[in-house]
Amino acid sequence: MDSNFKRTLMLENYERPFHKGLLDDNTYISLNKNNSSCIDSFNIQLKMEDGKIKDIRFDGEACAIATSSMSISISKLIGKTKEEALNIIENYEKMIDEKDYNKDILEELNAYEDIYKQPSRKKCATLGIEGIKDLINKEK
Amino acid sequence: MNYKNDFPMLNKDIVYFDNGATTLKPKVVMDAIYDYYSNYSSNAHRGDYKISLKASSEYENVREKVKEFINANSKDEIVFTSGSTESLNMIVNGYFKYNLSKDDEVLTTKSEHASNILPWYELENEIGIKVKYIPLTENHYVTLENVIKSITNKTKVISIAHVTNVIGDVRPIKEIIQYAHKNNILVVIDGAQSVGHTKVDVQKLDIDFLAFSAHKMLGPTGVGVLYGKYDLLDSIRPIKYGGGMNVSFTNPKEIEYKPLPYKLEAGTQNIADVIGFGKAIDYINNVGIDNIEEYCNQLKEYIVNKLKNIKHINIYNENVEGSTIAFNVDGVFAQDTAIYLDKYNICVRSGSHCAKKLEDELGIKNTCRISIYFYNTTKDADRLIQALDNDKILEESLGV
Repeated sequence: MDSNFKRTLMLENYERPFHKGLLDDNTYISLNKNNSSCIDSFNIQLKMEDGKIKDIRFDGEACAIATSSMSISISKLIGKTKEEALNIIENYEKMIDEKDYNKDILEELNAYEDIYKQPSRKKCATLGIEGIKDLINKEK
Repeated sequence: MNYKNDFPMLNKDIVYFDNGATTLKPKVVMDAIYDYYSNYSSNAHRGDYKISLKASSEYENVREKVKEFINANSKDEIVFTSGSTESLNMIVNGYFKYNLSKDDEVLTTKSEHASNILPWYELENEIGIKVKYIPLTENHYVTLENVIKSITNKTKVISIAHVTNVIGDVRPIKEIIQYAHKNNILVVIDGAQSVGHTKVDVQKLDIDFLAFSAHKMLGPTGVGVLYGKYDLLDSIRPIKYGGGMNVSFTNPKEIEYKPLPYKLEAGTQNIADVIGFGKAIDYINNVGIDNIEEYCNQLKEYIVNKLKNIKHINIYNENVEGSTIAFNVDGVFAQDTAIYLDKYNICVRSGSHCAKKLEDELGIKNTCRISIYFYNTTKDADRLIQALDNDKILEESLGV
């Protein structure tokens, strides 16, 4: 993925994030995920149906890396089974931690493949998806 | 003036505009600390030998310097702490906890630092006092008029910063204190952002309690001051008990504590850093506190006038005198702006700056803060302005 494309993807998802805004719907489970060392903070909602992720929504204030990666993660994970989603998340975590990972299944999430070069941004790039992971794991 | 020879950090190709968080240190401060550890390392107030006596006298000399610097009536009114936070906690938990009752009101503002709000919140939880807020004006100022409006017959304390750490406004504390005292209200001043920036004369201002930190005025981290008028300070119950603060003890009923200031300085104090702090005060005195204030005001005006011409910059405290500029770049999260500036080795702070209630007033949660001190130059300012005069800040902040 070339740098220009990565930047465009991030900017589009920061400026017009996917599924931003929470629903007043108690069929969703939710949590707050924040970085104690910075000012990023997300409220995240998730709804599972028939073993698949039916919907994910979020709200909050965070930097461009955190917001864009949240937005892309949501669009990538909706429709996946719990196992599929956890597999994608695991590979994403490996990418951020500079370990071997399956590049093909991450698709647009590969935009963050160079984040390891900015160690202080690793937390931004994982905040949203870690919140989603926590919610998925809450669901039996 | 050129301070590059005096401040090692000024020779590192860094533009440092985070002085509200902590200031840089001149070499004389570090040298004094090194000198203590190298040449007369020993405990103060404890020994009968020469180097310990020297440690004691150097430590006590700093108390005298602080006394002169804020014009306290006596050096016994100066207690060394670990910083403003500890000082404020001692004031709230050592004095007010025992002198306020349920439903008594403390007036503060929504632009205070956490350390001047949380101890009061906890006291509200503990003994049922009420924390109330003085409304701020449109420009986020505190006016005497609004203080008067906020006072009720339950108001017992006003606890406010002299200068706030986000907006940087200077509160009219002299007038507020005069009015408060006529109504038997005590006034606690958080001087963390003011004491190294403007003349604070505790007697002229008639301050009851004052807290400030060494590291925000060229001194080392881990040192602060608690000032109180003698009788008030003497009524503070120690939060810490131990060595150095007692005369004798035989059983729980027979304990004798030392007089001020020692009874509030239990345990071995931060001797090295207090001695370093003394050199910081000397340095500020040499530059001149009035010169510092005037210079910071001028440099702020210089930066504001240039930033105003950049259309994507929003300044929140343009008309406020002082040394702080709170701003955001259109469409860019404060932290992204700070990370972007860091690529040019320009240090600014982003966030809520520990003033989390200010969101209610500003309508925004996070800002970037430029905070100036006297060693910042117009050249630093030009580098900052040039970096901000770029319509691709968001894109470049991504780092990809």
